[in-house]
Amino acid sequence: MTVLLPAEGAPPTAVAVTPSQTVGPFFGYALPYGGGPDLVPEGHPGAITITGRVLDGAGEPVPDALLELWLGSTGTRGALGRGGPGVSGFGRCPTTQDGVYRFRTARPPGPYLALLVFARGLLRSVATRVYLQDGPDPLLDALDPARRATLIAEPDGEGYRFDVRLQGEKETVFLEF
Amino acid sequence: MTKIVGTHPPYLSPDYRSSVLRAPSQPPVVFAADPDAIELTGPVFGHDELGALDADLTRHHAGEPIGERIVVTGRVLDAAGRPVPGTLLEIWQANAAGRYAHEGDRHPAPLDPNFTGAGRCLTDEEGRYRFVSIKPGAYPWRNHHNAWRPAHIHFSVFGTAFTQRLVTQMYFPGDPLFPYDPIFQSIPDPAARERLVSRFDLETTVPEWALGYRFDIVLGRTPTEES
Ligand SMILES: [Fe+3]
Repeated sequence: MTVLLPAEGAPPTAVAVTPSQTVGPFFGYALPYGGGPDLVPEGHPGAITITGRVLDGAGEPVPDALLELWLGSTGTRGALGRGGPGVSGFGRCPTTQDGVYRFRTARPPGPYLALLVFARGLLRSVATRVYLQDGPDPLLDALDPARRATLIAEPDGEGYRFDVRLQGEKETVFLEF
Repeated sequence: MTKIVGTHPPYLSPDYRSSVLRAPSQPPVVFAADPDAIELTGPVFGHDELGALDADLTRHHAGEPIGERIVVTGRVLDAAGRPVPGTLLEIWQANAAGRYAHEGDRHPAPLDPNFTGAGRCLTDEEGRYRFVSIKPGAYPWRNHHNAWRPAHIHFSVFGTAFTQRLVTQMYFPGDPLFPYDPIFQSIPDPAARERLVSRFDLETTVPEWALGYRFDIVLGRTPTEES
């Protein structure tokens, strides 16, 4: 074993990070949890839905992806233990056989929500943002106009539509911080 | 901070067939997040959200699962070497025969009615975690002719920020399948690969009961990191 970590209690020193591996195809019985896609309960005032599909480079739906949505603060509803009123800042939703996901959430305090996508075939998750409207923004303004559009959700009834294209034409902008 | 080249697998790793149509073709946009960026924070989980037995995968059913009982323990640190307390770890794995309790798993190995293979826990004040489980079996997959995954436990770790979120796999020392596994081999730096191999630990081993393995996890990109 070549890993050298500081001993417990020793002063912190920089250590090499742990590599990522794919979530694989079989997380479905382990990671999704009851109410995971619902950051707010049904009927919550001002609730919106964010729905869309995850698509691969051939335009085919990805049926074994897992999406995680982050509003920016933990909230009161609990991140795992759903039930009860209030807002949770975190949600998790697996895709269906048709590659479809659907979150119910409150509006974020700022212009966007953070989204992570995991899937079989992705050796590392991809990070992106769901902007609920276009406007001046440090990230959006740094992108070329065609790619910028991939981060703007489309109004769709009571909510928004946001497809994640992992590869190819109209590929979603993914971020590294 | 200098970026450590070769730690994470490239998205496109053609030997891992599923990556070919799913790997983004554009490099990620490197974005210096402003201090208000929400990705610099992450969800906080409470002890009341977890069950008392969630970290002991051998006690989720009426009977004892078949297989070699193991204790897997370690610490979660950030890249500066500081413990990450109170963070959520989730694990999932195949049973001792190499079969997942997942409807999509078609490997003709027996299911174990006493083993589901999913657990979770929070790290303590020193960043420590501890799971009790069964050593998972290797299993075949259809990536290429005679493809077998080395025995592994899937890990999901949150850290303190969305930028630290990590999903990975823990392996067992000395597995003969390492050289043939395109997922393990997708990590460019051999030293980084070794960081996914747990270490047998006699101190963690419980006499007359279970073998102990240590697996420490280091999360990248802390929100407060100074350059
Ligand atoms: Fe697996």
